[in-house]
Amino acid sequence: MRSVKKKGILADLREGLIHRLFQTSGLMVIAILLGIIALLLYTSVPAFREIGLREFLTSTRWDPTSPEKPEYGFLSMLASTIMVTIGAMVISFPLGVAVASYLSDVAAPKVREIVKPIVELLAAIPSVVVGFIGITLVGPLIARVFNLSHGLNALNGSLLLAIMALPTIISISEDSLNAVPVSYVEASLALGANPWETLIKVKIPAAASGIIASLMLGMGRAIGETMTVLMATGNARAFPSGFLQSVRTLTANIAIELGEVPYYSTHYYALFALGLVLFLITFFINLSADVILEKQKRKLQ
Amino acid sequence: MKNKTSQSPKKLAGWAGRIGLALLLSGLFLVRPGIAQKKMIQIKGSDTMVNLVQIMAEEYMAKNPGAALAVLGGGSGTGITAIINGTCDLANHSREWKDKELQLAAEKGLKPRIFAIAIDALSIVINEKNPIDTLTITQVGSIFRGEIQNWKVLGGPDQKISLYGRQSNSGTYAFLQEHVLNNKDYSPEVKEMNGNAQIIEALTRDEAGIGYVGVGYVYDEKGQPRKGIKVLKIRQDDNSPAYSPLDKEAVYSAKYPISRPLYQSTNGKPSAAVAQFLRFELSPEGQAIVEREGFFRIGKDLMAQNEKNLR
Repeated sequence: MRSVKKKGILADLREGLIHRLFQTSGLMVIAILLGIIALLLYTSVPAFREIGLREFLTSTRWDPTSPEKPEYGFLSMLASTIMVTIGAMVISFPLGVAVASYLSDVAAPKVREIVKPIVELLAAIPSVVVGFIGITLVGPLIARVFNLSHGLNALNGSLLLAIMALPTIISISEDSLNAVPVSYVEASLALGANPWETLIKVKIPAAASGIIASLMLGMGRAIGETMTVLMATGNARAFPSGFLQSVRTLTANIAIELGEVPYYSTHYYALFALGLVLFLITFFINLSADVILEKQKRKLQ
Repeated sequence: MKNKTSQSPKKLAGWAGRIGLALLLSGLFLVRPGIAQKKMIQIKGSDTMVNLVQIMAEEYMAKNPGAALAVLGGGSGTGITAIINGTCDLANHSREWKDKELQLAAEKGLKPRIFAIAIDALSIVINEKNPIDTLTITQVGSIFRGEIQNWKVLGGPDQKISLYGRQSNSGTYAFLQEHVLNNKDYSPEVKEMNGNAQIIEALTRDEAGIGYVGVGYVYDEKGQPRKGIKVLKIRQDDNSPAYSPLDKEAVYSAKYPISRPLYQSTNGKPSAAVAQFLRFELSPEGQAIVEREGFFRIGKDLMAQNEKNLR
């Protein structure tokens, strides 16, 4: 208390200024988010007016430059996005949780010190590079394994996105496994359970919500990824009928078409409508992941 | 110890000197493009034309040391949009202006001038292992509309046809849709690739694949037809003879049925610098580059039209 008094008016002023500075930085982030939402809404509303909500939401045909009849249905792309994402999660979630368990419970400290940075390095690979791997390595491999003529399909996208979502899943799962109080583990071991039983029956259930949150954040990463799927999935507009079919995701479609679209045309607004859909999906996924993580924190405290 | 302490300031000074020199040099280099940028001619558009125009620009710059040109791809639609928005000096486009685009230009008070700088024979390409050699225009249209879905129908192996195409901002996409698909929709199964080179790359791997590219892309760097792919001969209809786009005589005599001019557009009368580059492209020297890159020279009629537009 004395030291605060000593500082005098000038110091108070400075403290106040710093306080304000941080406050405005925080508020600015919120303002930017609201601004983006407003812009997306503002630019996509004309699309719904010009196309009609019904066509946009129920048609599977997207062909804005068709000489026969332009149509703007988002269903095929939504289905493709969901399919590629779920495929990626089916691959990366079990793998990610296994790696996280290994790192938190099994690995020797030295091994952990080497493996963890490597996992984090995985997140640093640019998506173009991953896409390139998809074209030159994963694609031909899929083609050979399934006896197809080419490997530019949903499975290729899923495999690549699984790789890209792994670091998120691993690091958040591991964090929540580490957050389980030592007393839980000690109690379990004292009751005669071996380390494996402790991990499976005590630690993972206790960290379950954090692990689920890691799944959702990994999913958010996969849904928003653009370049990789653009390069690896073939971008056919048809409604997906299987993982060995070429698909076009929402992100890929926006990336392909936004560069050439005449500004302020129906097509332009429709692309922003797709952006709005994408934003809503990732927003809710991230929000629920946050809620789950927060709940776990409270429970373990 | 003494030695070390006495050395390090020297070292420091040395490094400072080097850094200073580097800064000075980089400053010089940074300033120079800055000056040149004012005169830099921006060229943008067709992916089919980007290599050709790039090479012409390089040779032109080598002959005219003061000139600076930047050539970008993106697709014909992108180039034409850039002319309308005033973000480039010269647009490359492998299709004609659409009515909508002309209307948009007119609204902005632009009067585009259009120059034909080369002829392209649109090539239909398959994997070299596919036994098919010729197709009619109608068959190509049916394949890309998704009506013919198996090579067996055409006398090939029992394999589902795997379609490769360009994205809708491509002039080649639009040209094929208008002239071969008879203004019908493409099949939704077409895999939309980022450019001609990607289509060729995919076709060398995909034995059931078919795609379309500008003729310049079926040659490798040495001017030989690329390995791994086969360029189909095309018939006008069932009864007419088949011609290959690699057959120069057939293209010049218009026997090859799907050829088209490759254009460049300016906003109004080209400026002196742009006009000089256009003249170079249309000169015998420029047209020799056109042929060397696998495309074809401009005929008399189009050349006369170009002359008129240059004035």
